[in-house]
Amino acid sequence: MELFELTLHELLALHRNNQASAQEITDSVFARIHQVEDKVKAFISLDEENARLKAKAADVEQWSGKIAGIPFGLKDIFCTRGLRTTCASKMLENFIPTYDSTAGARLNEAGGLLVGKLNMDEFAMGSSTEQSAFHATHNPWDLMRVPGGSSGGSAAAVAAGEVPFALGTDTGGSIRQPAAFCGVVGLRPTYGRVSRWGVIAYASSLDQVGVFAKDVEDCALVMNLIAGRDPRDSTSLEIEVPDYTAYLNADIKGMRIACPREYFGQGVDAGIQDAVKKALAKYEEAGAIVEDVSLPHSEYALPAYYLVATAEASANLARFDGVRYGLRDTQADNVVDMFSNSRSQGFGAEVQRRIMLGTYALSSGYYDAYYLKALKVRRLIYEDFQKVFQDYDLVIAPTTPTTAFKIGEQTGDPLTLYMNDILTVPINMAGLPGMSIPCGLLNGLPVGLQLIGKPFDEGTLIKAAYAYEEISGIRHLKPQQGVI
Amino acid sequence: MALTSKEVEHVAWLARLNLSQQEKEIFAAQLGTILEYAGMLNQLDTDGVEPLDHILPVFNVFRADQVEPSAPREEILSNGPLVEEGQYKVPKIL
Amino acid sequence: MGKDYEVVIGLEVHAELKTASKIFCGCSTAFGAEPNTQVCPVCSGFPGMLPVLNEKVVELAIITGLALNSEIPDYCKFDRKNYFYPDLPKAYQISQFDLPICKGGYLDIEIDGEKKRIGITRAHMEEDAGKLVHQGNITNTTFSLVDLNRSGVPLLEIVSEPEMRSAREARVYMEKLRAILLFAGVSDCKMQEGSLRCDANVSVRPVGESKLGTRAEIKNLNSFRSLERAIEYEARRQIEAIEDGEEIIQETRTWDEDKQATRSMRSKEEAHDYRYFPEPDLPPLQISREWVEKLAAAMPELPDKASQRLQESFGLPSYDAEILTLSPESLAFFDQCIELYPQAKTVSNWMMGELSRLLNQNNMEIGDCRFGPAELARLLSLIDDGTISGKMAKTIFEEMFNSGEAPDHIIKEQGMTQISDQDTLLKVIDEVIAANPVVVEDFRNGKDKALGFLVGQIMKATKGQANPGVVNSLLKERL
Repeated sequence: MELFELTLHELLALHRNNQASAQEITDSVFARIHQVEDKVKAFISLDEENARLKAKAADVEQWSGKIAGIPFGLKDIFCTRGLRTTCASKMLENFIPTYDSTAGARLNEAGGLLVGKLNMDEFAMGSSTEQSAFHATHNPWDLMRVPGGSSGGSAAAVAAGEVPFALGTDTGGSIRQPAAFCGVVGLRPTYGRVSRWGVIAYASSLDQVGVFAKDVEDCALVMNLIAGRDPRDSTSLEIEVPDYTAYLNADIKGMRIACPREYFGQGVDAGIQDAVKKALAKYEEAGAIVEDVSLPHSEYALPAYYLVATAEASANLARFDGVRYGLRDTQADNVVDMFSNSRSQGFGAEVQRRIMLGTYALSSGYYDAYYLKALKVRRLIYEDFQKVFQDYDLVIAPTTPTTAFKIGEQTGDPLTLYMNDILTVPINMAGLPGMSIPCGLLNGLPVGLQLIGKPFDEGTLIKAAYAYEEISGIRHLKPQQGVI
Repeated sequence: MALTSKEVEHVAWLARLNLSQQEKEIFAAQLGTILEYAGMLNQLDTDGVEPLDHILPVFNVFRADQVEPSAPREEILSNGPLVEEGQYKVPKIL
Repeated sequence: MGKDYEVVIGLEVHAELKTASKIFCGCSTAFGAEPNTQVCPVCSGFPGMLPVLNEKVVELAIITGLALNSEIPDYCKFDRKNYFYPDLPKAYQISQFDLPICKGGYLDIEIDGEKKRIGITRAHMEEDAGKLVHQGNITNTTFSLVDLNRSGVPLLEIVSEPEMRSAREARVYMEKLRAILLFAGVSDCKMQEGSLRCDANVSVRPVGESKLGTRAEIKNLNSFRSLERAIEYEARRQIEAIEDGEEIIQETRTWDEDKQATRSMRSKEEAHDYRYFPEPDLPPLQISREWVEKLAAAMPELPDKASQRLQESFGLPSYDAEILTLSPESLAFFDQCIELYPQAKTVSNWMMGELSRLLNQNNMEIGDCRFGPAELARLLSLIDDGTISGKMAKTIFEEMFNSGEAPDHIIKEQGMTQISDQDTLLKVIDEVIAANPVVVEDFRNGKDKALGFLVGQIMKATKGQANPGVVNSLLKERL
């Protein structure tokens, strides 16, 4: 096997035993990137020269960090000092931050080597990565299909073996959904578990940094590095970070699993429902208790999300006014035109649409009916989960209503595209941790199993996910030979 | 029900977006559809429900009143589209 | 002002809170730095940046609320106030909308011996915006420059009830509020540096009418004098307009110092829709009663108490006490002077009179005064013991003010000791009498005014140093 095909923990073992140097790993990774990138197009920017320099230093200076010498990718929403950070938008096409995100810095400090910035839907608004202002990313399982979004580049890069792991963000499902579409492990931690500092904000009360990995063990290793309080993020909590690798066991006897019936409605593909039910049967065989529950307000999560998220986004994106950074219409002879022209030229249609929606929801006369109403419904959704978690350890459901759809198939009607998030959005609204792991294939395309946990109980998710890998034998799926 | 063109213009103004006539029409229809969908929230009786505006059970997150070094001016200005005399230059305010 | 109308005034005051670092980041709040040298990605609104609240800002806000007799609620939060302007980096200001840190309150003012209580509606914390420097001229700016040093400086916005009924009341309210903020130690209140700013909401209505008239908001009031003048102008303008049958439009107007008039600032028809919503990046605040009590216990002496103390301990009239307690520096000066020269009214007169005049003329605060309370005390004793006359003292005082030199030094340097020696004076008196036979004759014939002329001549001959009292009695004797 080539080095690029290995998991993070396998690479670490080789590196520790001096059987693979940082340069060798980096060579393999870049060879793979150059081999498949023109088909997958997962990256916006590559930082090959720097990565190779660091790899050399890692070997020569014998770096001792937890992931010393291991390459990784960052969704292009993480600010990287000295390296262009675009958020897949013309607005930031030439933006070079003077600071690193906290999450990215922690990986750097642990000796990781940043390979490049990964493609996404513009400003994290989308479910297919087709909203990128630069190019679409192609699903390594079927190049005619989307990798999901908004962290599509991150998911595809891990699935294609271009990086051992990557970070993404998840505001309404943007880690879990692409993880499901690309057959990789995706974890969105509890809101407040990982610092958002240096991550370009979409919706402040919903955004969370998370991990794309080839298997659950890798996911646990990366979580150990990025989780934990950051004094620069007032919403990152002072809660102890456990060693997530301690949860890598299949000891799930007696684990109480709730299965919400609202997630198995008619909008969800029968094949996917089937795959998830089979997975639940396996859990039962292994001694877990699986029971039917109701999360009665589930169907209201999506409309509420599209009011809360867009309202916050309309404010978060207002700073892009052409004054201090980003695209500026230099022809405008007055400031008002400069603002409007810069923004209209810099933002794509979906971004403008969501800004309009959010502005409307907050505007005078509509605040109560839309934004405030959505916040009240948010509490109902939160309480639904609270009730269930009084009696259960975990909630399991499908991640997505369909498998990866074809590129161009859903770009007509915005509402259709929004429906892709219907099973993931409630978790963000409740601030909970959620994970997607592959649980099989449907017509050759990966199906995601969604695990939802109690606040700050990523450990249980990791344990249940690891157990599934053991009992199903489904671990580290790779796209069929020949696709890429 | 689609938004009126006046409503679209007003919201575009609040958001400082310069929309073409065609964009206004498209947005009017699309936003109308999405808002109609969002209207399903009215099926729920939320009288007496407290809005969830802060999800974390946390209060009083502070920092001490201590001066930290500011960024070097060149760094702060480095992404500026137009800079003069150490400041960002913008065209006239009407 | 037409006798049929009354003017209704409410003031919105922004005070910069005296912290070392900004409200949401560690940049310095020091005034006067080179542009954009006290700025970081947080306070200049870069992508991915997040605010962290400076605890001292909350502390100073609570102290202010206590000093203004406000209620400090158990719970408050921040909100985003959304609007676009080049000096507002995030295109929203983090402020407090519906749940501010201070609710209600009041302060007492005194005008012509009458006490009046002015209500305070609320006070809330917010961040300041940067500064725009316009190039070109006022009517034809071509471009502007943005300096973000001030962006993120902590402000407390204090809103009064619309309970002032004259420009003078508004001014006295401002002076009192400033005094309270200074004594409480929460702001250095320097209007010329922008650490104290004021906007006035002015409306008029027929006397007896309880409904409020349409108000105009007046901005760009850079001194207490501008405040008074602007209110007077605006009240007149509105009354004239009403009498002409015009409608008063709710709008923002700016005070034009050169034209001494208010001017409409309306450029875009619509009023701002700020689309306030709770700030998701900042957890809310729970203000414990312990914290509030701890701060209340440590509260320094406030102006009202100090004023009362001056009236009770020194028998000063309330008018004097109010003026002396306009700032802690002023009170300290008085207190220290009194220790050395215990005649309170005399000290008060000199401070309110000569000292005040010279400070105002030179745009100085008492803290800038080049001499101290000990020097004033010395000067006053020198008058008492006859070394100098009252008139000479005024001249010496001015010299003290300009040079900072002690009175003894000045007297010695300029040879200004008062001449009280009888022999010396008699010599001069005789000379003057001899030189003015006609005037002497006039006096002897009953013209009392002639004495004044002779005294004047004697003073002239002695370069003003003759002791007037002694001169008077000796002269009368001689004649």
